[in-house]
Amino acid sequence: MTDHLRQRLHRLRAMFQRAEQDRDLDKEMFAHLELAIEENLQRGLSPSEAQRQALIHFGGPQQAKEKHREARGLPLVETLVQDFRFALRMLHRSPGFALLAIFCLTLGIGANAAVFSWMEGLLFRPYPMVANQERLVALTGTARGESGPTGLSWPDFLDLQRNSTLCDTFFVSKIMGTTLSIGERAQVVTGSIVSANYFDVLGVHPILGRAFEPGDDVGRSAHPVTVISYQLWKERFGGDPQIIGKTQRMNGVIHTIIGVAPEGFYGTFVGWAMKFWVPASMEDTFEAGGYKLEDRGERWIESYGRLKPGVTLEQAQQEISAVAKRLEADYPTTNRGRSIKAWPLWQTPFNNAGTLLPTLSIMLVVVVFVLLIACANVGNLLLVRSFARRHEITVRVAVGAGRRRLLQQLLIEGLVLSALAATGGLLVARWCTHLLVLLLPVRNGNAMHLPGEMDWRVMALSAVVCLVATLLFALVPAIQTSKIDLAGTLRSEMAGVARGRGKSWARYGLVVVQVSLCFILLVGAGLLLQSLQKIRSDSPGFSTDGVLVTAVNLVASGYDVERAKSFQDQLIDQVQALPGVESAALARVTPLGYGTFSSAPIAVDGYQPPPDEQPSVDYNQVGPGYLATMGIPLLSGREFTRSDNETAAPVAIINEIMAGRYWPGKNPVGERLQAKSKWLQIVGIAKTSKYESMRELPKPFFYVPRRQDFSISAALTIRTRLRPAIMAAALSRELKAMDANLALYEVISLQEQVDRSTSAQKVAVTLTGTLGGLALVLAAIGLYGVMSYTVSQSTRELGLRMALGANTGGLFRLVISRGLVLTIGGIFLGAVLAAGLTRLLGYLLYKVSPYDPFAFGSAFLVLTIVSLIACFLPAWRATRVDPIVALRYE
Amino acid sequence: MAESKLDLLQGTLDLMVLQTLAAMGSLHGYGIARRIEQVSGNEVLLNQGTIYASLVRLQQRGWISAEWGTSTNNRKAKFYSITKRGRKQLSQDAAYWQRLSEVMGRVLALPEGSEDK
Repeated sequence: MTDHLRQRLHRLRAMFQRAEQDRDLDKEMFAHLELAIEENLQRGLSPSEAQRQALIHFGGPQQAKEKHREARGLPLVETLVQDFRFALRMLHRSPGFALLAIFCLTLGIGANAAVFSWMEGLLFRPYPMVANQERLVALTGTARGESGPTGLSWPDFLDLQRNSTLCDTFFVSKIMGTTLSIGERAQVVTGSIVSANYFDVLGVHPILGRAFEPGDDVGRSAHPVTVISYQLWKERFGGDPQIIGKTQRMNGVIHTIIGVAPEGFYGTFVGWAMKFWVPASMEDTFEAGGYKLEDRGERWIESYGRLKPGVTLEQAQQEISAVAKRLEADYPTTNRGRSIKAWPLWQTPFNNAGTLLPTLSIMLVVVVFVLLIACANVGNLLLVRSFARRHEITVRVAVGAGRRRLLQQLLIEGLVLSALAATGGLLVARWCTHLLVLLLPVRNGNAMHLPGEMDWRVMALSAVVCLVATLLFALVPAIQTSKIDLAGTLRSEMAGVARGRGKSWARYGLVVVQVSLCFILLVGAGLLLQSLQKIRSDSPGFSTDGVLVTAVNLVASGYDVERAKSFQDQLIDQVQALPGVESAALARVTPLGYGTFSSAPIAVDGYQPPPDEQPSVDYNQVGPGYLATMGIPLLSGREFTRSDNETAAPVAIINEIMAGRYWPGKNPVGERLQAKSKWLQIVGIAKTSKYESMRELPKPFFYVPRRQDFSISAALTIRTRLRPAIMAAALSRELKAMDANLALYEVISLQEQVDRSTSAQKVAVTLTGTLGGLALVLAAIGLYGVMSYTVSQSTRELGLRMALGANTGGLFRLVISRGLVLTIGGIFLGAVLAAGLTRLLGYLLYKVSPYDPFAFGSAFLVLTIVSLIACFLPAWRATRVDPIVALRYE
Repeated sequence: MAESKLDLLQGTLDLMVLQTLAAMGSLHGYGIARRIEQVSGNEVLLNQGTIYASLVRLQQRGWISAEWGTSTNNRKAKFYSITKRGRKQLSQDAAYWQRLSEVMGRVLALPEGSEDK
């Protein structure tokens, strides 16, 4: 056994001592022949016969050398090295070809690697430093009769944790924000409310101080402690080594800093980097709506579970559903019709993984197309070159090169190309890892945190892509080569188009494939662009023009309910008195913004809900004049006024859809509605608008007066013609005069808020548009290359036609029409494929048919024009063919 | 005459070289080749040149060692000798060949058509 190992090592060493070992062998063989000749002479042969006999017995010296080399070295590796050197030489000899091929492949591989890195960094392993991410699942509640997922309640979460045997851990991580004032600067920062086990189960250990202790998440406001992020520590606390034990006022409560998280840990929310963490016991300091840890009906937490090794999602789901079923039976008032659902991390509905998933999946398809187009290009380039190299290859076959060896050499040439391109591609991807953030809006001065991740998995997958690409493009010329007819090629070099026809099919076929893939991408980009335009031009049901939104964070500054009420009344008065302001109103949440609406189980006289279903409707708590300020038309009844306060009878305004569903054929004004077991009198009907998303279908919704369902946090809406920046300056002045500790959120127009809510759509359009453009360039290069080559190879035919009287215009048209035939063929194929594929765009399409004639038509037009441009130069060259020269050519 | 010479089976040359060196002590390549030809009574088809591939293989496995030296008639040549490990290998391989050839002998001794009975 060890002998073989020793031999292998010797063989490896022999590779690097070739010359020396050859010299040694030469000497040995020389001595051998000398000895043999001497012996033959002694036997009495003549000198010439002695030499002849010695050589005969020795056999071929060359053959002996070859055998010796094979025995001592690693022949496979040696030929590989040879081929590798040869490939580099060939590329060096035609740098134009090499650069173009590497450029095309770099784009193809780079685009793939970039999308892989986004998927890895955002969907599959989104949380750096967190142990065993592949076993994490996201948990949400579900409610019968409701489409979207809900949060979980803290008691339900604890029961799930107690009763699950298939998960080794559960933890909570609920995103929230606060205003942090340190020194001069007040800044809105994002943080998480977490269960006490958070850092321990994630395997993240603070670099200073400690993590939370068991029991930190029990009790109401019982543990005002916080762990801060490395970034916050460095930027806001100057990396103070004595930070542990210092305090920081957050939302009016003094918190003790007990730990600093390690660098590179951003928490567990796709889209935003967490700056601090507090235990769940501090929930009512940061969450609107009071203390919820003991309320099974308050579903506010976002949580995760970690499956035990070997447990599948389905098994865990079965157990979780069973637990939820028991909870439903034990607590019917809060849990009727409710269950719990586990999601793979990459489908997490409560962070940006869920929003980006459809966009990224489409991107994956798109980049594969771009790669295929790039491969077709390089395949074509190699094919053209293989014709130019046909003589060389034929000679090699003639002198005895095996087909396998030739194939190996072609593949290695391809591999060299794609390895260089893969290096470039990874650089491109590395450069693109933070690109997504640039496409998404900045909120409150904070950019999103959406990093791609270039780990070994991304590298490995890119390497696989690189290998597959190599096989795709390098095999095209290899197949051609294997069909080489030795005698035929050696006898004559190529002639006109007529004889090359059979071989042109491969080239033409590749161009048709390119054009068709490009067409599909253009159609897709067109459809998405139209959807975006439709969404943006669609009316959300409120005015987007001339309405600004902002907020003042009173919770963060420690206001209690009574102080908040009087402050907010005063604020509205002051704002309405500002020059240029038509009206102003408060609301707990504004539509299409970041906050979520409250939801209430409802009951209506005379309406019998289906069994097992508890109708529940979203609502908003709004101040007087809200509908007028927002520009939401009131269809009948009245708006809320200041007298709809705590002491007045509870009232509500419902929307049109709700009126139609629960009071069909009746005017509900004056009727009553039960929400959260409180009876409200309906005083008005508002027109239905969009509430959470531009794509949502019209849904029931109602409004209640803020004073009758009060929460300290509120958004401020202002109807004015002034620009946001000017309004922000005026508001800041007012605010400073009222309370110097208050910070104003950013002031944006409602249009901006709507645009932000459709940013995923914008990302999809921008990316498909860019990649579609890229594909177009690649396809144009391919078409240009093939047409140029065809023209250069049919000089004789063109000359002949010219000699027979064809005019230059005719020749020009001939070449152009050949190019167009290829293009149209490609477009036709592409249209058939696109018709089948565009449906996959799914929910990204908005009010646009997947077969939209406009998208198909413009893709057709763009491709035709581009292909005309690509064919122009070759066609022009065709008209410059000199018939005399052309006919003498052969 | 030439047609009737035996082609060498894979690996047999290595064994012959080992045995020759074990029997004769230190020898150069030509000497080994001649010795094998003589012993086999010129029955083996041996291109003498191919012996060097076998020599380098055995050397790399550490079964023989080599040294430049001077022949009896004062010529510079590489002399090979068997190592301790080479002897061990030789005894193993020789035993294997003997068993194999016995088995082959027995198998080939079966009379034709004996299976039918």
